[in-house]
Amino acid sequence: MSRRRVVVTGLGMLTPVGNTVQETWTSILNGKSGVANITHFDTTSFGTRFSAPIKGLDLDGYMSSKDARKMDLFIQYGMVAAIQAVEDAGLSVTEENAPRIGVAIGSGIGGLPMIEATHDTLNKSGPRRISPFFVPGSIINMIAGNLAIKYGFKGPNIAITTACTTGTHNIGFAARMIQNSDADVMIAGGAEMATTPLGVGGFSAARALSTRNDDPQAASRPWDRDRDGFVLGDGAGVVVLEEYEAAKARGANIYAELVGFGMSDDAYHMTSPPADGTGAALAMSNAVKDAGLNPDQINYINAHGTSTPAGDIAESNAAKLVLGNAADAVRMSSTKSMIGHLLGAAGAVEAIFSVLAIRDQVAPPTINLDNPSEGCDLNYVPHTAQEAVIEAAVSNSFGFGGTNGTLVFRKI
Amino acid sequence: MSNIEDRVKKIIAEQLGVKEEEVTIDASFVEDLGADSLDTVELVMALEEEFETEIPDEEAEKITTVRLAIDYINAHQ
Repeated sequence: MSRRRVVVTGLGMLTPVGNTVQETWTSILNGKSGVANITHFDTTSFGTRFSAPIKGLDLDGYMSSKDARKMDLFIQYGMVAAIQAVEDAGLSVTEENAPRIGVAIGSGIGGLPMIEATHDTLNKSGPRRISPFFVPGSIINMIAGNLAIKYGFKGPNIAITTACTTGTHNIGFAARMIQNSDADVMIAGGAEMATTPLGVGGFSAARALSTRNDDPQAASRPWDRDRDGFVLGDGAGVVVLEEYEAAKARGANIYAELVGFGMSDDAYHMTSPPADGTGAALAMSNAVKDAGLNPDQINYINAHGTSTPAGDIAESNAAKLVLGNAADAVRMSSTKSMIGHLLGAAGAVEAIFSVLAIRDQVAPPTINLDNPSEGCDLNYVPHTAQEAVIEAAVSNSFGFGGTNGTLVFRKI
Repeated sequence: MSNIEDRVKKIIAEQLGVKEEEVTIDASFVEDLGADSLDTVELVMALEEEFETEIPDEEAEKITTVRLAIDYINAHQ
């Protein structure tokens, strides 16, 4: 029996450059940066004083203020993106299909804002002042949980947490669940809001963040010789995945087919990749193989491309290893140059950009790439978007712990 | 008296996300105002904070209506 096919029928996102898919995509194609100085806490003593935040989000129409109070920001963001995706897909839940619809939405870190605030309360006022909503309001699987409650989705309900590969793994495993017939529809993705004193301070201590405080919008500059670390970003991305025949039968709008998923680990270092990119290359080649494609059929790669000195060159090398001569023709860009690194949401948001690149036949740009560093010699789509024939697109994610994940989407 | 009643009603409205006019004297938190078990725990915490008192768990469990909340606060001021 041939494998059940999985297609993308709904998209939702909330990013530093837009509170909807359309608004974000327009910003991305225009090379707009969403990076700004941090204003929600005092950054005076911090080495990095900027991030890529969500701007002007109105929760009206998504949830009541009473419900919002019980959800840390990453849950609110995830819910907003998920509600957009479910509505975009035009899904209707019935008693019959509810057990066949599941959710896989994770977060890299979870409810840091609430954890920090509640710890302050504990220190100041003692344990009796801890809110009963502290635990359900901050743990990672509560986007998936709250979404199931809202819509009545009774199928599988999970939240994979694999640092910066979270979004990719959730989408990949959601597709596997459809292929394996655990579900017919999966709502999948990731969300993050970790730009708190602990989050910024922690990544800063790990020497992961750019410190370009004098010019924040130029800080995320993947493959550029002056790159000095990533920019922490907030947001969420969620897709609706469906079994192809069922999606076709109900007349769903199909954006693309999810044809490949691959994984690997560097088995090398807690936070750094090996320079030769072999770990990343293994995930990519597994995904391309899973897709049943030849490397030269890949037209676009939405890179992990975080703007760290080690990561960018490793990924470039990985692309060359996997694509061989076809690397000369591929377009590989980093949308993180505009929205920063959304950690657990990154893979999901970037999967959506890959899908939209296929829909609109355009490769989004890598901004701030003024002087490619030595060895970085692919077409990174510098500064401006490029129209291109894109039949198949790859989305890469690599996380702390050396965990790698790659998705392959194809035009349908 | 009315001051306490107003303050209690205001907190209930805020905590449970309902309009103040819905918070009638005989309203039940769960049946009339849509609270769940965790909402009522948090509501009691908010009352403790507002009136600078400590409500023991076994007493808190008995506070299930607007009237019972007002009576408890009045009796323990």
